[in-house]
Amino acid sequence: MSAPLLTVTDRGICCPDGGFHIDPWRPVDRALITHGHADHARPGHGSYLATRAAAPVMRHRLGEIDLQTVAYGERLTINGIEVSYHPAGHVPGSAQIRVARRGEVWVVSGDYKVEPDGLSEPFQPVRCHTFITECTFGLPVFTWRPQPEVAGDIDAWWRANAAEGRASMLGAYALGKAQRVLSAVDAGIGPILTHGAVENTNDVLRRQGLSLPNTIRVTPELDVKAHPGALVLATPSALGTPWARRFGPASTAFASGWMALRGVRRRRAADRGFVLSDHADWPGLNAAIRATGAERVLVTHGYTSIFRRWLAEQGYDAHVVETGWEGESLDAPDDAEGGDDGDGNVVGGAA
Amino acid sequence: MKRFAALFTRLDQTTKINRKVDALAEYLAEAPEDDRLWTIALLSGRRPKRTVTATLLRLWAAERAGIPLWLFEESYPIVGDLAETIALILPPAPARENRSLTYWIGEVRALSALPEPERRARILDAWDRLDRVERFVFNKLITGGFRMGVSQKLMTRALSRATGIDEPDLAHRLMGDWSPETTSFRRLILDHDPSADLSKPYPFYLAYQLDDGPEGLGDPDLWSAEHKWDGIRGQIVLRGGEHFLWSRGEELMTDRFPELAVLKDYVPPGTVIDGEVLAWADGAPLPFARLQKRIGRKTVPKTLLREAPVILMAYDLLEWQSEDIRPRPFAERRAELGRLVSAAPPEAPLRLSPAVPFADWAALARAREAARDAGAEGVMLKRRDSPYRDGRRKGDWWKWKVDPLTLDAVLVYAQQGHGRRANLFTDFTFAVWSGNELVPFTKAYSGLTDEEFRRITAWVRRNTLERYGPVRAVKPEHVFEIAFEGIQASPRHKSGVALRFPRMARWRHDKPAQEANTLSDLKEMLAAYG
Repeated sequence: MSAPLLTVTDRGICCPDGGFHIDPWRPVDRALITHGHADHARPGHGSYLATRAAAPVMRHRLGEIDLQTVAYGERLTINGIEVSYHPAGHVPGSAQIRVARRGEVWVVSGDYKVEPDGLSEPFQPVRCHTFITECTFGLPVFTWRPQPEVAGDIDAWWRANAAEGRASMLGAYALGKAQRVLSAVDAGIGPILTHGAVENTNDVLRRQGLSLPNTIRVTPELDVKAHPGALVLATPSALGTPWARRFGPASTAFASGWMALRGVRRRRAADRGFVLSDHADWPGLNAAIRATGAERVLVTHGYTSIFRRWLAEQGYDAHVVETGWEGESLDAPDDAEGGDDGDGNVVGGAA
Repeated sequence: MKRFAALFTRLDQTTKINRKVDALAEYLAEAPEDDRLWTIALLSGRRPKRTVTATLLRLWAAERAGIPLWLFEESYPIVGDLAETIALILPPAPARENRSLTYWIGEVRALSALPEPERRARILDAWDRLDRVERFVFNKLITGGFRMGVSQKLMTRALSRATGIDEPDLAHRLMGDWSPETTSFRRLILDHDPSADLSKPYPFYLAYQLDDGPEGLGDPDLWSAEHKWDGIRGQIVLRGGEHFLWSRGEELMTDRFPELAVLKDYVPPGTVIDGEVLAWADGAPLPFARLQKRIGRKTVPKTLLREAPVILMAYDLLEWQSEDIRPRPFAERRAELGRLVSAAPPEAPLRLSPAVPFADWAALARAREAARDAGAEGVMLKRRDSPYRDGRRKGDWWKWKVDPLTLDAVLVYAQQGHGRRANLFTDFTFAVWSGNELVPFTKAYSGLTDEEFRRITAWVRRNTLERYGPVRAVKPEHVFEIAFEGIQASPRHKSGVALRFPRMARWRHDKPAQEANTLSDLKEMLAAYG
């Protein structure tokens, strides 16, 4: 009997035959990366393989790395193992990774969402025998409203603040969420100012051809009073800091799936919480899993034990796999600027 | 209900107090009078009687959502609120209509008379007729505990703006034993008759914590000090030959402490005294744990009356000879109170909270240090010329508590929080050493900063040794200084002790786990302070 196609080690999800790891959380020789978020694309690996669209952000964040790229759907063979990348709909360039050996197919979802956001390559279900899935929002209380409705709420909030001459400060992940908000709002309402971490990612994505509305980078020299009624896009951790205070009595908000919970909204003490996630909601997770046709489902990060039990009751051979991935966290440090908490500890850890 | 749901949304969508007051004042000026009264009632902790149990609500919500009950049960603690969990889990509503808040409260109240299948049908029907926010509000009306991020003080301010009546006056009108079923907005608020309600207490004045010591308070001669007693704050109202005992939470406690009824024989009608209900024997307070046994009991068995007899430790005199004397200076009120108490016989369950004399602030600091020996938890400072105000206001009254007891303990178990702290580890169990073994002795939930909670959450995720349902055993590595107000022997706890108000005072990054305190340290503390 040969080794299992994929297995979990203390470094990450490993393909022993292929000699590679997928989104490893400790340094390995060869890393296949689903997307550029800090808990998935970490520094220190010997070589990296990612989609063409994910590469610029990874280079921006990780610096000089040995990075090869691949197109969506392109079939590679690594030490006899068939490997291909397929859109995950999470952020621009994000992928699910399909791994096959002699007709046995596994898919590692990375992070994903099923609703098209107008920016990321839309999620495509991939048939497989074993599906390794995230379940960040794997509880039936999480059901997202369609993006245009949420964008309408953000517009209405921004417009009302602009009419009162106040800034609208919105905390959103620097990679993915911020650009999604940018492309979904009505840019005609007023000027859009961006935190440096957001604007750095904007620059990278614009260079690779994504169309985003005009934005103004917030620098120490910028006269914020010259842009009344602006939408200020910041990283979640920038809210409440001296950086944020220079905009005066702004109305504050976060865009995150966690904003579905009133308690979390209140803990973050923002005026508004817009429920906008780059992860699948409960119906999305269930639909995505059904569409793979998989019999075996391994759940990685999120409400794993609850979601596993639910899947088992639906007839799946379901198991929990402990990984170092974190999913959507409002409490992580700036995502685009690395995932360490300052002590060299990787934030999130095995969820 | 749309107007009320819109009010709820406006209150929920801002953290700024002025905006909350604006929203509420507008509502209280415009909504139908019945709805205004119910809103005031809900925001002052008065709610319709519970007509459906939480168990049935969960069952029906899971059924309507098409999920197994266990999945609902698992989701609920993560959301942290039953009404919200139901609102989030139900499928989108097919129908919309607009009935008043009072109509829906009427619907909720009508349920009590109906058999269960009929109640179920009414609830499912109601969920179909309401949108998401309205459903949440409706569920809150059933489950109670309505909080909208608005304190009674803010509500009173908004009502004052809507009606033009002064805040302290309104605060008094809103006290006591009324409900929208027994009065109307007009009668309660607009055509107020002060003699209408004999039982009505005055709003309590609450002290601020003195964090930096008393030196900044100026001349010590302007201040009067007494002990801060650790009991149940209460106000006894004696009028028209009857007596009423009110808690700070505006709950009537008269029947829970029947031994105070004799005060009617010693204190003339037309008197209102502010004080502390204390379990008391042989001239000293009994541990709070004794008094605790009497909290939450509507009637008191004889054995408990013997084990934990109570007295009223009098702090202040609010009404005397049927006159509201709150505007008079504290020194005058206290002198009057002293005469009143000394006129009662020694067996009366009434004491004057003794003055703690001090010549200068250093002397007061020494008195504070010694407070624990007197069975008190610190000292109170009251400005001699101050009136009796309402609510928590800075300036005239200060509490200066003794420093808490502390122990260094090892973190051994962690559990995720819920509600506001749904995705963080915030509930911890701590242990002390007994030889090479760690003995858990307390839980603690608070005291860390958000940043520290984030750090410990990340650490817990990577250092879990074992899981027991939601509880994780973690590597015994981190030491925390646990602060607490008191320690008691407790046969129910494995360690043999129970702590009062335990919290995390400090994360001792500097201390290795081996250097945490031991079970014998804990037992010494029990012997000294238990």
